[in-house]
Amino acid sequence: MADWEKQRRGRNERLAAAAGYASGKVVLAKDVVPLLSAVVRTGDRVCLEGDNQKQADFLAEALASVDKTRIHDLHIVQSGVVLQAHIDLFDKGIARKLDFSYSGPQGHAIARALDAGKIELGAVHTYIELFARYFMDLTPNVALIAAVQADRAGNLYTGPNTEDTPTIVEATAFKSGIVVAQVNEIVDKLPRVDIPGGMIDFVIEADRPFYVEPLFTRDPLSVTEIQILMAMMALKGIYAPYGVRRLNHGIGFPTAAIELILPTYGEQLGLRGKVATHFALNPHPTLIPAIESGWVEQVHSFGSEVGMDEYMRRRSDIFFTGHDGTLRSNRLLCQTAGLYACDMFIGSTLQIDLAGNSSTFTSGRIAGFGGAPNMGSDARGRRHASQAWLTAGKEAVENPTSLTRGRKLVVQMIETFGEKMVPNFVEELDSVKMAAELKLDLAPVMIYGDDVSHIVTEEGIANLLMCHTADEREQAIRGVAGFTPVGLKRDRKAVEALRARGIIRRPEDLGIDPLSATRQLLAAHTIEDLATWSGGLYQPPAKFRNW
Amino acid sequence: MEHFEVRATLARRAPGNRQQAVVGVNASGNVEILVERTLSETETLVEVTTAITGYRALWQAVIEDFFSRCPTGGLRFAINDGGAKPDVVSLRLMQSAQQMGGGQ
Repeated sequence: MADWEKQRRGRNERLAAAAGYASGKVVLAKDVVPLLSAVVRTGDRVCLEGDNQKQADFLAEALASVDKTRIHDLHIVQSGVVLQAHIDLFDKGIARKLDFSYSGPQGHAIARALDAGKIELGAVHTYIELFARYFMDLTPNVALIAAVQADRAGNLYTGPNTEDTPTIVEATAFKSGIVVAQVNEIVDKLPRVDIPGGMIDFVIEADRPFYVEPLFTRDPLSVTEIQILMAMMALKGIYAPYGVRRLNHGIGFPTAAIELILPTYGEQLGLRGKVATHFALNPHPTLIPAIESGWVEQVHSFGSEVGMDEYMRRRSDIFFTGHDGTLRSNRLLCQTAGLYACDMFIGSTLQIDLAGNSSTFTSGRIAGFGGAPNMGSDARGRRHASQAWLTAGKEAVENPTSLTRGRKLVVQMIETFGEKMVPNFVEELDSVKMAAELKLDLAPVMIYGDDVSHIVTEEGIANLLMCHTADEREQAIRGVAGFTPVGLKRDRKAVEALRARGIIRRPEDLGIDPLSATRQLLAAHTIEDLATWSGGLYQPPAKFRNW
Repeated sequence: MEHFEVRATLARRAPGNRQQAVVGVNASGNVEILVERTLSETETLVEVTTAITGYRALWQAVIEDFFSRCPTGGLRFAINDGGAKPDVVSLRLMQSAQQMGGGQ
């Protein structure tokens, strides 16, 4: 007799094992380890909610404390491997296999654990790709998530940092999985319901609020003249001619510089209302001056940002907010907006090779990719037209016809040298060697060269769309690679020929005097200036308060 | 500490009459440049003092590129390097030459 309900029966057994620790759905913080020991089984796929911002840190530490002789060989499937507790799971042997997306601060620790054979790596995904696999072959058996508040029926208020939660819960709850939520507090009435209680099995009031990293706060004080020069080139050489209105900015300082010169240099160029009006973007504090100056019509966010809550509550024409007033973010939907409804992704990277492939995997560091591979890829399924999309598509072919599809602009901004004089342009990505050493099936590439449309460095802009051979592409890249070994090995004649065709454009070709790239152009010079621009609504976290 | 010079002898005269200028700051990741109009009109010289050794060829390339882009005849540049990247060095050199372009 076939058994078609093993999963549901398994779920019921786990719930029964856990019943002694719960009063209804409510579990006390002191019982968290026994609870997890009751609902998690050896070999389970577990999603410990955590991305580049919010973390179910209380539950992560609890899971890292279970008896590994009883629970081991877990398969961790989650956006971010960010906390020490995440690494502990592997070091202690509680977890073995890993499929993830972003690791930021634990990049070195993951590389070490892989090297030591403690982690069996599935793949490094982009967020939306990992989410997609939650519904195909990586459905979690147990999800351990974080919310701001719960009521006793298990309804959750995730507040401004909703982020990945709806997606994780959907995949787990509707496939007979178990969902445990840590919350900052249990209350009688929620401001709004972000996750219905019917999908939640247990709620635990943690001993502290869940951790949120202010990952998207860039201090204007640290923006350099070189980054301002690159920002000027991007605005005048890319935003303006393509008329880019819908876009995503990466996390780095060069794009923060762009945000900060919109109200100054952008205004001089007469671009307000013509470019940068709609964003798929985390709430970057450096966007405040542009918002306040009337540049931005709308922003949808992957997550929130520490200190921006009150500002967004009072700018509901710009941000997506609930009826309670606070931001509603959603990583899956915002990534979808980035894929299909943005005409441009512009962001930084750590390494670019001669074909334009870029990666954040550098020697000894597995940083993951986050959303960049998705944002920085052309959506082949896109069918609606826009000026930017059509213009880019026509440039990419030699004889455009009425059937020539458009394409997304994917712009990499990179200074030719990184920290400690390490060249950012290389003949071969570090990840190629790393993949060989770790026996990965595929060398990790953040953005493939054939998706990159432009590279912006302090030396100029290379338009890769207009390069029609591998050789042209290589010389276009060498031609903006400055004094790096890759740049010094350029064929000067070929580079000048590319410049004559407008494939390489120097600051002077764009009518930009490099000496005019001064910090005077920044609409805000400090974090305090950003708070002032916001009328006191932006409340910077302590680590950025230097006044 | 490393100390070396890069010279050119067929330079075009640097415009302006200013005798001396200082740009940048001697700080980490930055450079301070003192420029003086003390050489003959076809000569130019950059003197580099840096705590970071082993990049002489790179300095040479950056300075020669600067000579090819800016008329610097008559100018002597003294660079005090705090570990600046080549793009910052280029920018500061251009700024210093521009400063000399003005009057007294």
